[in-house]
Amino acid sequence: MSLLAASNVSHYFGGLCAVANFNLALQAGELMGIIGPNGAGKTTIFNLITGVYRATEGSIEFNRTELVGKTPHQITALRIARTFQNIRLFKDLSVLDNVRIAHYSQVAYNPLEALFHVGRYQREERRIIAHSRELLAMLKLDHLVGETAGNLPYGLQRRLEIARALAIGPELLLLDEPAAGMNPNEIDRLMEFIRWIRQEFKLTILLIEHQMKLVMGICERLLVLDFGATLAEGTPPEIQNNPKVLEAYLGEEPVG
Amino acid sequence: MIAPLHDGRAWLTAQRWLLPVLLLLGLGLSFAIPQYNFPNKYIQLIIMYVGINIILTVSLNLVNGYMGEFSLAHAGFMAIGAYTAALLTMRVLPVADYPWLFPLAVLAGGLMAALFSFLVAIPSFKIRGDYLAIITLAFLMIVKSVIENIDYLGGPRGMPGIRKLTTLPWTFFWTVLSVWAVRNFVYSNYGRGVLSIREDEIASDLMSVNTHRVKFLAFALSAFFAGVAGALFAHVLQFISPRVFDIIKTTDILIMVYLGGIASIAGSMLGATVFTVLLEVLRPSNTAALLSWLPDFIFDPLNEYFIQHLGIWRMVIMPLLLVLLMLFRPRGIMGLREFGWFVPRLDREAGVGAVLPEKDHEPARSQ
Repeated sequence: MSLLAASNVSHYFGGLCAVANFNLALQAGELMGIIGPNGAGKTTIFNLITGVYRATEGSIEFNRTELVGKTPHQITALRIARTFQNIRLFKDLSVLDNVRIAHYSQVAYNPLEALFHVGRYQREERRIIAHSRELLAMLKLDHLVGETAGNLPYGLQRRLEIARALAIGPELLLLDEPAAGMNPNEIDRLMEFIRWIRQEFKLTILLIEHQMKLVMGICERLLVLDFGATLAEGTPPEIQNNPKVLEAYLGEEPVG
Repeated sequence: MIAPLHDGRAWLTAQRWLLPVLLLLGLGLSFAIPQYNFPNKYIQLIIMYVGINIILTVSLNLVNGYMGEFSLAHAGFMAIGAYTAALLTMRVLPVADYPWLFPLAVLAGGLMAALFSFLVAIPSFKIRGDYLAIITLAFLMIVKSVIENIDYLGGPRGMPGIRKLTTLPWTFFWTVLSVWAVRNFVYSNYGRGVLSIREDEIASDLMSVNTHRVKFLAFALSAFFAGVAGALFAHVLQFISPRVFDIIKTTDILIMVYLGGIASIAGSMLGATVFTVLLEVLRPSNTAALLSWLPDFIFDPLNEYFIQHLGIWRMVIMPLLLVLLMLFRPRGIMGLREFGWFVPRLDREAGVGAVLPEKDHEPARSQ
């Protein structure tokens, strides 16, 4: 039984078909990549999984729970976390608060306890602060807890976004172009980092990426999208030698 | 919670033991001042207005500052609270014999306002920014015209003859309660949700924050204290009419919020105090009294050409002050910063929440 199963998912923006008849079976523990030219519908698929958009047709199941029709916070509380192509941190808030906010669904006190700071408030706040600090320490961000997130350098903002996603306690992590704007050296380190969090937090990872070095280096299975439709699926070497993929990326071979 | 001050200035090294002492002192004073009629009734009235305005500003800041929405409905919630409480004290509760029933009327005013807040909260699920501002403005106008058309409430003529039940101790009590409750809410799971909605609503939702619930709670709490303030206001003024709670009233509260600074409780208290006191000081007779120590050759021309005309000019000076503030400090005096006292111990120990002492503050380093 797969962890995440999408069957016959289609999504239309008005008359435009963004995703057509998309199928996916992601096994627990797998690290899979989605690639494809710009506008192929990769991020739309992430938005469909996380509930930002509601799929026009089809079903998406996570641990046998139907996701279509659920709101983003309900889906996230099922332990699906994601990062964003263009970093979407809470920029005016501190590093610690960025991570604390992601604990929202795990906090067990009600609004009245919050209003008077009584009951479970103290215990829960202590627990969340401790857990957030622990996460930040694991990702080597603990010296920055009080810093405003928007003031961090780009690379650290990316890492903080992953820390925030890990605070959800995810089983499935969706990474949307984690290597955007990185140089080859940084990509090497990011690959190490992704392998490490995958092991440390026992994650299943689905990632979107344009950097072939990263995709070919760490993904076990790849899915190629073009114009919202699945073009090919397979291991990295299979994809590299697939004529249809080459055609989509490089154009047809000139005749003669 | 709130971004730390980056120049590392400590506003006040937290002498937290002082807080209960000051509260007791304030409570004592609030009983003593009217008892000995010190210094006079007028000043006591202004102190009560400052308290009421602090309640209004802190509660509006929750929506407009912390949550980053732009609500114009505050005077409407105030009207609901004022009319509810006034009806209770005039027609239902035997306050003439039992004046200690008054807080029940205030509580009812607050609860009624909170009840109506869903009319604004629900549209806010779908709509933000300018469009929500228009909806809240519509809410304000509806409240006003509904009251104008109910004869039982006096229609456009209003309700005269309300008892003067708002006293200095009660004002003090409700002011402290509102500041404490809003502060507690802001420094909680739900309050962090409110802040994350201001920062990025979609990301907030995707980080498991139930944004609808958080908005519901924020609007309800904000409206509750607007209702409380309205109830207190009605029982100081002793007369309410729909015209008291129009867009001008909302504008006054907005000015206090943005003057003091968005997303800051200390800022709201400061903004409300400065605005209320300044408006009173700028009355010609008050300014003349304050400047009477000047020698005659300075005072007389000043009086003739400036002070005598302040009645008109003070309505120019306040907006001008606001324009200058927006130019030089767009987030207000204390925008996004907090006075150390208002930050809960857990947050301060975790190294977030307010101005950090210099020694604890390290600049960001990339590594």
